[in-house]
Amino acid sequence: MIVKRPVLKWWERLYLPVVEDGLLTTFRHLFKKKVTVQYPEERWVPPEGFRGAPVLLTGLDGREKCTSCKLCMFICPPQAIRIVAGETEHPIEKYPQEFYIDYGLCIFCGYCQEVCPCEAIWLKHEFELADFDRTNLIFGKDKLLQMGRQEPYLKGKEKPLKKG
Amino acid sequence: MQNEKPSHLKELVETREFELNMGPQHPATHGVYRAILTLDGERIQKLNSVVGYLHRGIEKWAEYRTWQQATPIFDRLDYLSAVINCHGYVGAVEKLLQVEIPKKAEYMRVICDELQRIASHLLWFGTHALDIGAMSVLFYGVREREAIIDLFEAHFGQRLLYNAYPIGGVRLDFPKGWIQACRKFLNTFNSRIDEYEALLTENRIWKQRTIGVGVISKEDAIAYGLSGPTLRGSGVYFDVRKSIPYSAYPDFDFEIPLGKNGDVYDRYLCRIREMRQSVRIINQALDGMPEGELKGKVPKIIRSPQGEVYFTVEGSKGQLGFYIVSDGKDKPFRVHIKSPSFINLQGLDVMSKNQLIADMVAIIGSIDIVLGEVDR
Ligand code: SF4
Ligand code: SF4
Repeated sequence: MIVKRPVLKWWERLYLPVVEDGLLTTFRHLFKKKVTVQYPEERWVPPEGFRGAPVLLTGLDGREKCTSCKLCMFICPPQAIRIVAGETEHPIEKYPQEFYIDYGLCIFCGYCQEVCPCEAIWLKHEFELADFDRTNLIFGKDKLLQMGRQEPYLKGKEKPLKKG
Repeated sequence: MQNEKPSHLKELVETREFELNMGPQHPATHGVYRAILTLDGERIQKLNSVVGYLHRGIEKWAEYRTWQQATPIFDRLDYLSAVINCHGYVGAVEKLLQVEIPKKAEYMRVICDELQRIASHLLWFGTHALDIGAMSVLFYGVREREAIIDLFEAHFGQRLLYNAYPIGGVRLDFPKGWIQACRKFLNTFNSRIDEYEALLTENRIWKQRTIGVGVISKEDAIAYGLSGPTLRGSGVYFDVRKSIPYSAYPDFDFEIPLGKNGDVYDRYLCRIREMRQSVRIINQALDGMPEGELKGKVPKIIRSPQGEVYFTVEGSKGQLGFYIVSDGKDKPFRVHIKSPSFINLQGLDVMSKNQLIADMVAIIGSIDIVLGEVDR
């Protein structure tokens, strides 16, 4: 299919109709519904399944679900996760002593959520993570657990999300 | 030639060629790209491209990641068509592993690829027009693109870099209401393009800026290895979707728009027509979507057989190829990317010969380069 070039009529060759066309289109858009969001005042609600900040989840017993298997640490493409494993008296013997996620490195790919066998890590609908200092973007275990607890979508749910 | 001096001036006036830097930070180069222009008066005699400012070592990076881990980095090649890049890499690995992909997954991939092509062309449409001086088009282009990004966000969970496909198929089915939303978008889209075209296609100012500018002949275009709309603008019938069919493309009925003269205007027309063809493909795919599995049989930990594969897809900028060598480990031995923007950029020297500096902006816009892909 060879694309056809339009042939201009004589009145189209004047500059005026062109300018008029442009102005008309712009003018029509003045009265249409606005598509922009006035961001800080108007909040934008991400759809279900949005991949924001990965956080740690707490089980129904109040402990963190993570058993420090380190699968998420190995799969993470930019290596944003660091875990130091520890042991406890609890029947599930292992727990993460330290758990860091560097949001400066994280690309929100969702692999950690996909591989975690305990559903302990989940990508929250949180997207406002900007900071002036890179070191502030490294979140420790306490902060991650706290962010996970705030999650309103998870109230009373054992399994947060279907997985791929 | 226009730039030859009148003979009576030859002895009196001495003229020299002049070198001018365009870039690395020039708003019209769409990234950090530097062109060293050799000028005779206002006309460009020679163009030297300097690339590499955005080099991130993606090919090398992938060698240190497992097959699956490496997927998201290829989104960052051409960040405006992340889905298609992902399809290219994933398709190459699937070819290496010889996985059979379910029909439904292929259809879903085609739908997302074509939506991404439209989104990429829309942004090109806006920025290209903005470079030449038609400002309002950018807003309309971005508005339509936003609708597509919202669709992607609901399906993939991200807005720009989607990490779209896992190896072997697709991750999740379309969410509830997605297909209706997609159809709604497609129904309005054709009339929207008509509206934008009314602003440009028959616009006399636009035509004067683009017709006969940046011409590259059929032979040159082939010799330089150009691909995508940049090649088709010169009238060469080559589209990977038709010539080396992959995925589910043979099932669909669509046409490849071709130009004739190989100037900026032809490339513009090609891309606009291509968007309409993409709408056709998506409509067919949505109608004929089969039921079935989403993912083929792929082991959790992938160990590939030894060997090498080459797999190409039609990216929004041209033919995007992945050449992968595997030595039988869990990581690729070598990933080479044939990136269309990089190769299309070679043609710029031919296109800009004897053109005015002011037209340079139009020519760069018309080959639609993304520097993330040029520098890799
Ligand atoms: S979302 Fe991806 S990049 Fe971020 S921590 Fe998880 S695996 Fe790492
Ligand atoms: S994969 Fe899950 S359980 Fe294992 S270390 Fe990561 S968060 Fe903890």
